[in-house]
Amino acid sequence: MINTFFYTLGQGVKNVFRNKWFTMASLATISACLFVFGIFVAVVFNVNHIVKTVEEGVSVTVYFNEDVEQERIDQIRELVTRRPEVYRCDFISADEAWAEFSKKLGENAEGFIENPLEGSENLQIYLNDVSKQGELVGYLETVEGIRKINKSELTANTLTGVKAVVTYVSVGMIGLLLAVSIFLISNTVTIGISVRKEEINIMKYVGATDFFVRAPFVFEGIIIGLIGSAIPVVVLYYLYNAAFAFLQSNFAFLNDFISYVPASDVFIYLAPASLLIGVGIGFFGSFFTVRKHLHV
Amino acid sequence: MAEQEKEKKKKSRKGGKDDSKYVIYLEGVNKAYSDANGVPALMDINLKIKRGEFVFIVGDSGSGKSTLIKLLLRELTADSGKVVVNDQDLTKMKHAQVAKFRRTLGVVFQDFRLLKDRNVYDNVAFAQRIVLKSEKEIRKNVPNMLSMVGLAGKYKAKPKQLSGGEQQRVALARALVNKPTILLADEPTGNLDPRNTNDIMKLLEKVNENGTTVVVVTHNRDIVNTMQKRVITLKQGVILSDEEKGAYIDD
Repeated sequence: MINTFFYTLGQGVKNVFRNKWFTMASLATISACLFVFGIFVAVVFNVNHIVKTVEEGVSVTVYFNEDVEQERIDQIRELVTRRPEVYRCDFISADEAWAEFSKKLGENAEGFIENPLEGSENLQIYLNDVSKQGELVGYLETVEGIRKINKSELTANTLTGVKAVVTYVSVGMIGLLLAVSIFLISNTVTIGISVRKEEINIMKYVGATDFFVRAPFVFEGIIIGLIGSAIPVVVLYYLYNAAFAFLQSNFAFLNDFISYVPASDVFIYLAPASLLIGVGIGFFGSFFTVRKHLHV
Repeated sequence: MAEQEKEKKKKSRKGGKDDSKYVIYLEGVNKAYSDANGVPALMDINLKIKRGEFVFIVGDSGSGKSTLIKLLLRELTADSGKVVVNDQDLTKMKHAQVAKFRRTLGVVFQDFRLLKDRNVYDNVAFAQRIVLKSEKEIRKNVPNMLSMVGLAGKYKAKPKQLSGGEQQRVALARALVNKPTILLADEPTGNLDPRNTNDIMKLLEKVNENGTTVVVVTHNRDIVNTMQKRVITLKQGVILSDEEKGAYIDD
């Protein structure tokens, strides 16, 4: 049994070299599909990252009536923090608000002795999901003791729009990519199998079991899948780093607004996913195509 | 004679049937193709071939010869009737058992069906690997077989470097290397010139003398008429005649 395993594995490896054109065509197909997949994943990761960064910066600020006790403020903070759409809620005292503001004023702030922002203590509320901003504001309007709610509706709406577009485009692209991949791969396999049909036939006539016929093809498929997925991953890794460096040096002004996801954070998911998809395509592609010809 | 009696008793005890002295036994076999509008390819075929026989099956195209071979190989199953080959009932055989069954047969085709990307040695060794022979045995058996068919010197050649006759010898070596009890040859000389045809037929005769049952499907009148073997003639799906030392029957 061990002998059979190594023999069929050896045949699988030999098949890769025996059918050079088929190997090249399959490799090119799988690599091309996974290359596009990789680019797409990298873009989605970065867009999501940028959206998330911006989203985290969007806050709702709540000011209180002058007669409100610190106890009530703590109570409100507690209530707000418990809400599911709230990611973080910070209390900013009047002193902290002045300290922050005076930093911006620089020298101009030096004339003040008393805190001119007395009574400006507030809650800074950050959301998990900016599309829920309206909901939160609706709730805050019902809470007693609140004087004023500052919100950034435009930013919130824009971000919600961007996220929706990213989601639709993601789903659309994945669907399209899947359809194209299946078409290309089934085409390649069909061309390959017409060459192999005879070989499978001969094997069956000589008395080879289904396993014996199938194993080399499946090994071959797995090997092609592995190589075919490794190539785009390696190429994309270098391309990604190059693009990263290019954007940072040539579009330095963007660095203040946008941060990119480091390659390692993308490839820790992309590499195993690509390998899995490649091996999966190789395995199932060969497994099912051979099956059609086994009943001889 | 006593030896044969014993053999017969042993077999009948094992199988419990009196058809076990036949390596091929067909009884009331019918076969029609679904895409032929129910026109039968074979009708009520009864056929018995004993161990060690040499049999020609002849007939025009469309007579049912190919269908018959396919039934014997279990490439097709009969619609009704009984097909027993090497004591195995093919009508009841499951797909998973077919591979093992085929190892008891050797098959040769008109178009040789060699693996084109492998050399002569590997083509023959292939059959041995399938039955899980060790490399040591393979290294002993394959050269033996190749010298038997007269190709010992060409073990490294690829099929396309060989003549038709040589390719058929390779196919024959592959069919015989696992020592089958039956050799089925489907038009083995169909693509060969008269000289190669003669050589292949001589080889088949030699194989038969060594105890293998040989069934040759052919429409080569000359070899049938000169070899004076049992001849079964098929016509439009029925057995027209079945004669010991028969001859090719013309329409």
